[in-house]
Order: sequence, then C-alpha cells, then structure tokens
Amino acid sequence: MPAIEARTLVRRFGTFTAVNEVDFTVEAGEIFGFLGPNGAGKSTTINLLCTMLRPTAGSAVINGFDITSHPDRVRQSIGVIFQDPSLDDRLTGRENMRFHAMLYNVPHAAFVQRSDELLAMVDLTGKANALVRTYSGGMRRRLEIARSLLHQPKVLFLDEPTIGLDPQTRRHIWDYLLKLRRREGVTMFMTTHYMAEAEHCDRIAIIDHGKIVALDSPRNLKAMVGGDLVTIRTSDNAAAVTALIALHGLDIRATDDDTLIIETAHGDRFIPTMVDVLRAADPPIRIETISLSHPTLEDVFVKLTGHGIRASEADVVQPLREMAQVWLGKKR
Amino acid sequence: MRHLRGVYTIWYRDVLRFVRDRSRIVASMAQPLMFLFIFGTGLNPAMSAVTGGAIDFRQFMFPGVLCMAVLFTAIFSAISVVWDREFGFLKEVLVAPVSRTAVALGKVAGGATISTLQGLVVLVLAPIIGIRLEMGTVVQIIGLMLLLASVATAFGLVIAARQKTLEGFQMIMNFLLMPLFFLSGAFFPLRGVPWWMTWLSRIDPVTYGVDSMRGVTLRHSVPPDVLATLTLYPVAIDVAVMGGLAVLFIAPAVWLFGKQD
Repeated sequence: MPAIEARTLVRRFGTFTAVNEVDFTVEAGEIFGFLGPNGAGKSTTINLLCTMLRPTAGSAVINGFDITSHPDRVRQSIGVIFQDPSLDDRLTGRENMRFHAMLYNVPHAAFVQRSDELLAMVDLTGKANALVRTYSGGMRRRLEIARSLLHQPKVLFLDEPTIGLDPQTRRHIWDYLLKLRRREGVTMFMTTHYMAEAEHCDRIAIIDHGKIVALDSPRNLKAMVGGDLVTIRTSDNAAAVTALIALHGLDIRATDDDTLIIETAHGDRFIPTMVDVLRAADPPIRIETISLSHPTLEDVFVKLTGHGIRASEADVVQPLREMAQVWLGKKR
Repeated sequence: MRHLRGVYTIWYRDVLRFVRDRSRIVASMAQPLMFLFIFGTGLNPAMSAVTGGAIDFRQFMFPGVLCMAVLFTAIFSAISVVWDREFGFLKEVLVAPVSRTAVALGKVAGGATISTLQGLVVLVLAPIIGIRLEMGTVVQIIGLMLLLASVATAFGLVIAARQKTLEGFQMIMNFLLMPLFFLSGAFFPLRGVPWWMTWLSRIDPVTYGVDSMRGVTLRHSVPPDVLATLTLYPVAIDVAVMGGLAVLFIAPAVWLFGKQD
C-alpha cells in the first residue's frame, strides 16, 4: 500500500487555482520532495493532504484513509511540521510534548517512555524542562520533530522544515531527519525551495503554478538537462580538440575566452582519461586549468519552467514572518 | 470521549499558562487598584453629597471593577487565538484529530476559567474597602464571573474566528469594548440618565453582568432599600439574560470556528 496517493487533486481560491490536477504516489519509507518557488502550490498541497483544507476536486488516500471521507483517521496516522513554529513558547519542551500526547490520545506510560527516547534522539534531554522561549531556532525545530513522532505516525509532512535556519543548523536538522528515517522507517513528504535540501529526497516533484512539471529522482532529473561540464584551458586548444574527438560521445565547444567546454555524462570519470589522452599526444598538450560542474536542480527547474526558482522568491509573507519573530523575541 | 479530551486539553493549556505567569497576575492588579483607590477615592466626596452618604462610592464601583477584570481578561484570551493561529500552537491543535467544536468549547472554558481566577484575585480587595463577604456570596460571585466570562470569551471568539491579523484589535477595543463597559453602569448609577443611554445600556450585555454582580457582592454591606436603588433588575433576571446571551454567542463561535476553508 502506498503511503500517499494523490488523485487529480484540485484546489481553487476564488478564480485562482493553487493546485491544478496534481497526481502522484509516495511509497512507504520514501523521502518525497515538492520543489518549487513560493506560491507554486506547495503549502496548499500539504494543507490538503493534512486535511487542513478541503480539495475543490479530486482526492488523496493516506495510509489507506481518504482525506475527504476519513479526515480524523488520516490525522491520527500523520505527523506535521509546519513552516512556522507551532510550539507554545511559554511552556517547557516536555509540556509541549505532553499536550501533543493528550491531543493524540497517547497513553501516559507510552508517552513517558517515548518522549524520553525522542528527546534523546534530537539531543534535547537536558533542555526538556526549560521554557521553549529560551530555545534557539534549531532547538525549536528539533523539538517539533520529536513531538510530531510521539504518536508514531506513518507519514511525516514537513513544510519547509529548515526555512529561516542558518546553514549549519540546517545540516544538523537533516542529520536528525535521516537518522529518524533509519530508526523509524517513517515516510516523509516535504516541501522546499532549497535546492541542496531537495538533493536528500529519494524522488522530487517539481511544481510550478500549481502543476507538477516533472517527477523523478534527483539524479534522473539532472540527467534531463544533460551531462557534466568540464571546462579546460590548454597550451594548444585546437590540438586538444583533435585529440579528444577520438574519445567518442563528447560534445566539445570552444568559447571566446580561450577555453574548451566538454559535455560528458560522468565528468569525474572523464577527467583522468582526458588527462592521459592529452599527455599522450605528440607533442604533449599541457593543461593549464580544469574545472568540473554538475548540472543542478536549479538548471532542471529553469529548463522545465523557463524561469529561475530564485526569481520568484520575493515573498510577501516573509517580511511579516520576520517581524513576528522579532516581536516574539525569537531572534536574539 | 475524544471531544471531551480535546476540550480538556485546550482548557488545561490556558489555565497552566495563566497560573505559570505570576508576574502577569500581579501586574493585572494595577488597573483595578488605580480605579478603586484613585478614581474611587477622588470621586467619593462628590458622590456621597449626591446620595446623602448612603454608600461609599468605592463600594459602589467595586462590582464594576470586578467585571472589568473578568471582561478584559476574557476578551484578551479569545483574541489571542488570532495570534496563535498564525504563529503558534493553534496550528498544532487544528491538525490534531480533535474536532473544532471541541477546540472552540475548550477555548471558552479556558477563557472563562482564567478570567474568573483573575476576578478572584481582585475580589481579595473587597474587605479593604469594607465589603463584607460570606462563603455563600463568594460561591455566587464565582458563578456570576464564570457566566460573564463565558459570554465575553464566546463574543471575543466570534470576532477572532475569521480575523487573520491583529490590526483590527485596537479598533475593537476602542469602539466596542470601552463603550460596552462604560454603558454598563459599572462606574455610575444608570438612574436619571438620558433616555438614549438607558436604551443603550439595556442592549449592552455587560449591564446584566455588572448589575447582578452588584446585587450579590453588596448584599451584606449595603441596606436592602439602598441596594434596590443601585441595581436595575433582580439577580435572577440578570442571570437569565446572561444565560441566553451565552448560548447566543457560543453557538456562532463554535460554528465560525468549525468552518473549514
């Protein structure tokens, strides 16, 4: 049984179609990413799947329960981590966990054992009895991750789980998430607009204007835009081209600034071969510079949508969110 | 059962937060103290000249101050939902397998409880201004505070239910809460006032809270004939009106809260 199965999901707000006939299946144990700019329909999709919003048309089945006919069963079987913190910062970490246990009907004995385990897993045991307002942004996220797992959900929804966190904290959060998948085998559905984060996913759906424009593993998606690019400058570019043409399957272009760009499927394997070939030439061709670049998901996104993911990042909610954080004293 | 658990969870959170925040409890004493001992003491000579010394003005306004503490705490508690929804704990609650009816009722119960606790803190001042309280009276006062606080919290929830920002909040305070409070007869007797004020006070829910609170609180401190001139309706009628208002506001609060986008 797939963990999530969305069937032509549609959600309109007035005349605006936020989610437009979205279809996808997430297998149990998978990390599935929704990648797209702000306003593409990522959060709306999560809200539909979490039964916070009702679909205008279509439906989805999560852990075998339909989101429209059995929202309560869906809710009991999922965990959600929202884009904005949803902790009560005037309560302690453990109290936040306890309220979650109450809301999800986790028996007391199970709560005690499991909350200790989960707090230890996210390294918050020592801070469990401190008020959440004394926590850093990263600690809050970790507490939310621990809390969301308390009732042993099969699917975890994460809406921009590392937004607003510094790169180091972001990496830590990912360490925890990957550890969690190993230990609990939980399926994860996440939205993100960070390319680096999307790389952690098993499969990615690229969404733009409410529609899925591509869905595959990060490796296959990147293969769509072509191979790696090796850029070299040599003592004799013309001779180098002649020598390299002999290695078949290469696309070689000369640029204006005296470099050669070679496109190949696996740049890392190609470079040693290329070095050998150029050295073996008569007379030997000396390589002055080499650089290797892999296609990024950003390149994939640009190719598929015709615009960059960063271009539409200017977000109206973000300044408000920052103001709120300052107001709440969350930035120190 | 699942619904009751939801109600209890929301209620428990509100109460836990209130009890924990001791500094707020102490700070919230400042306003009632100022009203009683500065405003009340200052106006006392002028008022006793009018009433012929029948009653200490501070005693007269004390039930009003009690209602003020209850009313404002209740409205604040309800409005906090707006903030909670955008940047806080409410999202966690709304995505849990708990019905929204339970969430709304839990919020009413929580708001009513903490407002009553706040009112009890103010009630401690009663003996200082010479108001005699007996056990039975205190129990009745608690009952009245719970009733008034439920009406006010439900009213606040109706306002907060569809609000996405706190921008309108100052407006609501200035153009709704303050007039409701001033027209309730909390700080002056509603006898011999112009007809329009009489009519406005009759449609003001707070009037019935203040009136019943005055009737009960001053029962052992003011002679019955004097008390009769200070109150508008028998306590039973006030309670019946507030009970009706509670239903009138709780029903739409639950409905608005339960509406899914």
